[in-house]
Amino acid sequence: MDYLLAFLVGGTICAIGQLLMDLTPLTPAHVLVLFVCSGAILSGLGVYEPIVAIGGAGATIPLPGFGHTLTSGVIQEIEAKGFWGIFSGVLENASVGVVAAVVVGLFITLIFNPKG
Amino acid sequence: MGKLTREQEVYKRWANARKPKPPLVRNTIAAFLVGGLICTIGQIILNFFLSLGMNLKEAGGPTAAVMIFLGALLTGLGVYDRIGKFAGAGSVVPITGFANSIVAPALEFKREGYVMGVGARMFNIAGPVLVYGMATAWLVGLFYWLVHK
Repeated sequence: MDYLLAFLVGGTICAIGQLLMDLTPLTPAHVLVLFVCSGAILSGLGVYEPIVAIGGAGATIPLPGFGHTLTSGVIQEIEAKGFWGIFSGVLENASVGVVAAVVVGLFITLIFNPKG
Repeated sequence: MGKLTREQEVYKRWANARKPKPPLVRNTIAAFLVGGLICTIGQIILNFFLSLGMNLKEAGGPTAAVMIFLGALLTGLGVYDRIGKFAGAGSVVPITGFANSIVAPALEFKREGYVMGVGARMFNIAGPVLVYGMATAWLVGLFYWLVHK
């Protein structure tokens, strides 16, 4: 059941991205930025957590889930440390993903050469 | 324009049913299917980490890291961009697409050197995503702090 829900929720978020790319002048880069920011704001409004509860990886793997990860870290750190948590929290939960993307991305680039 | 004969009506119905679907519908379905499939793979990886005894919050980072590795590897192998031609946003919006947005330009500009080629170009798209994502989360945090503290 969780696989079906991940498929449906993740597929729907990607379909929304496709509609934005096809119906508006937004490029894929614009859609990614918009989705991360939307996820961060929806998370702050308490709207994204219920979507994660339903969709699981279908809500966390698409880029709005990355925005949700950023905001959830901030709120968690504010609760623990107060004002300076606004700074320390941004990458609190997202650091694994950010570091993985930069380091793995670099090593893969060093190993492979461009195709075609 | 007079009324269509019975024969013309039948033909019209037949032809309408066979008109090529606008690419909008095709693109959206492709994005839905491929995006959904990538998230299902993500759920398999998430469930694996949960089965190791991690809770949902602890398992999020490792799941993202594995998906990023897969996206980066498939980009290096030249497979991800071929998926992207079919899937559009279905391959862009998941975090594997974020990894693709790092590796694809880095590879392309490798010949410009490791500092200004690879090092700078890998943030072509990831840079704006991180800049605006972090700034938004920071502002949400500031607002949260003003309201709750």
